Amino acid sequence: MLRYVFRRLLTAIPTLFVIVTMAFFLMRVAPGGPFNQERGLSPEIKANLEAQFGLNDPLWLQYVHYLGNLLRGNFGPSYNMPDFTVTELFAKGLPISVQLGASALILALLLGSVLGTIAALNQNKLGDYTVIALATAGSTIPTFVIAPVIQLLFGLTWRLLPIGGWGDGAFINKVGPVLTLALPQIAIVARLMRGSMIESLRSHHIRTARALGLSDWSVVVKHALRGAILPIVSFTGPAAAALLTGSVIVETIFSIPGVGRYFVDAALNRDYTLVMGTVVVIAIFTIVFNLIVDVMYAVVDPRVRYD
Amino acid sequence: MTDITATAPAIVGRSLWGDAWARLKANRAAMFSLYYLILIGVVSVFGPWFVPHQYTTIYADYVRMPPSLSAYPKPDMIETALAEAIKRMRVDIKEWHQEGSQVFVTVKSTKPIDDRNIRYLDRSDAFDDTKIESKSPDGLEVTMSASVKQQYFLFGTDNTGRDLLSRTLMAGRISLAIGLLAGIVAVVIGVIYGAAAGFSGGKVDEVMMRIVDVLYSLPFIFFVIMLVVFFGRNFVLMFLAVGAVLWLDMARIVRGQALSIRRQEYVQAAEAMGIGQRGILVRHVIPNLLGPVVIYMTLLVPQVIILESFLSFLGLGIQEPMTSWGVLISVGAKNIGTANWLLLFPAFFLVSTLFALNFVGDGLRDALDPRDR
Repeated sequence: MLRYVFRRLLTAIPTLFVIVTMAFFLMRVAPGGPFNQERGLSPEIKANLEAQFGLNDPLWLQYVHYLGNLLRGNFGPSYNMPDFTVTELFAKGLPISVQLGASALILALLLGSVLGTIAALNQNKLGDYTVIALATAGSTIPTFVIAPVIQLLFGLTWRLLPIGGWGDGAFINKVGPVLTLALPQIAIVARLMRGSMIESLRSHHIRTARALGLSDWSVVVKHALRGAILPIVSFTGPAAAALLTGSVIVETIFSIPGVGRYFVDAALNRDYTLVMGTVVVIAIFTIVFNLIVDVMYAVVDPRVRYD
Repeated sequence: MTDITATAPAIVGRSLWGDAWARLKANRAAMFSLYYLILIGVVSVFGPWFVPHQYTTIYADYVRMPPSLSAYPKPDMIETALAEAIKRMRVDIKEWHQEGSQVFVTVKSTKPIDDRNIRYLDRSDAFDDTKIESKSPDGLEVTMSASVKQQYFLFGTDNTGRDLLSRTLMAGRISLAIGLLAGIVAVVIGVIYGAAAGFSGGKVDEVMMRIVDVLYSLPFIFFVIMLVVFFGRNFVLMFLAVGAVLWLDMARIVRGQALSIRRQEYVQAAEAMGIGQRGILVRHVIPNLLGPVVIYMTLLVPQVIILESFLSFLGLGIQEPMTSWGVLISVGAKNIGTANWLLLFPAFFLVSTLFALNFVGDGLRDALDPRDR
């Protein structure tokens, strides 16, 4: 197992390298630069700034420099927020996004699994149809509709939640964003769980367990769940990577100072280092979570072995 | 001897598509959704010509009017509108009254009143056909009449006083057009790429699919934003670009299908009978590929619409005064406190369309699935 993890981490390096290279050159061939603002800088100042950040060097040299810095864990300074390095920006924003994303993910996994199981146990009955309807709604309605509707209902009409803002991480400020992030994921988990639970309940060992006279609770929770949880495990990898690295929409609508907006803002302002930083962070999250998921697979399902 | 004419009951074979259509027709949710989509499509395409307001016309007197089934101006708004217009004439109201749809107003001033002043009443969005009824001999008092212009704003008006109904319909036109066009682009690229990879097999397939894997691992938003950065905010190019990003799934699906169809026994049989590559492609592979492609396309269109709305929401997509559901929703989201209809109407149109597309997609999947007969 350890050897497998080690090998996977080794193969992640070329993947990361390709991603960094592609992102670097894609970003650079795009027209414009970090200091071409609308209220133009005087040419001398612009030249000085570009010289300071080494933007006048040939592209390959900049690339080599960037890779060298990256290997030393240095993401460089942000061009558009000159008081901060990219590392500082992430140190500030990432904990916020991770908190929201993790809460949403846990909520989605718990609630989605429960709903999916309820649907599977009541297949083609009212409970099932209700869950299916909810799941369809949850996966069809886009986030940028859910978020303002939550603000409208809970914030303005019933005055239960603040409309937005982070409020230094007060619980009440997190409810809206977490709910918005979680709803589509709940729908997906419920659907997956329903399908795999129906299949799992049909398998032989469940029939045996029932024949042995085990209680419904014990059959479902101890035996069927273990077989049914595999699709959920593989869903968790990419979902976690996406949720923990912040959502532009949710963070914009609820005015959350997370990392979700960095990407869009940085790409539009040609803040090269910040864009690259975001790409690297997202890629690392994706790789790590996919690895964790594959390891979890072996834990949940003893038939899966990595030798 | 009697002639025994055996009239065998005519067995009409059903083609794949005939069968699928029959199965789809039996699916109530899918059929209802299909009719709903047709309705939304017709209303969006032809509706803007029948709504009395242009989607760009600004009614300065009707900013943020709530939706209403009765006509504007409301009775209590006439006085305000009148006062506003008269103020512009720089004269004072002496007396005004309403008779039916006519308004009579007498104004007085310390200086003789110019006849051309009546244009201020015409300029107001509330009045029309202003005439001078009578004038006092010294020209210091004038009585004017104007008819009240009845206007309906069924969905209300937006922040600049534009009719939300015509804007929502116009937005529907754009959103649906983008969905279809980008969907077709994605399907065409995906099918060609996937089929090429699936048919070539071996090393070529390996390389082609590794490229897809690499593109997959780049964050999706990064891609889209890079395209927007490259193509600027040009709207045709943008949705071509969106289509060009979404072909990855299609390519994977088509490749998988092509690989599995090639290994089917009927293809082997055809090969054994000496039918060429081309014949197999036309007779066996393409018809069998069409099912998944059609299903995926119906699921792709809502994805594109969401993506376009998402970009417009961020301000990267459609630019004012042109509009799309995403643009309208983003405006609505910023005004939920004061004018929630700006969010609710476009959101209803978008969400119901997405629902309908999903139901049709699911229905088609059930109808075209050969294992489910």
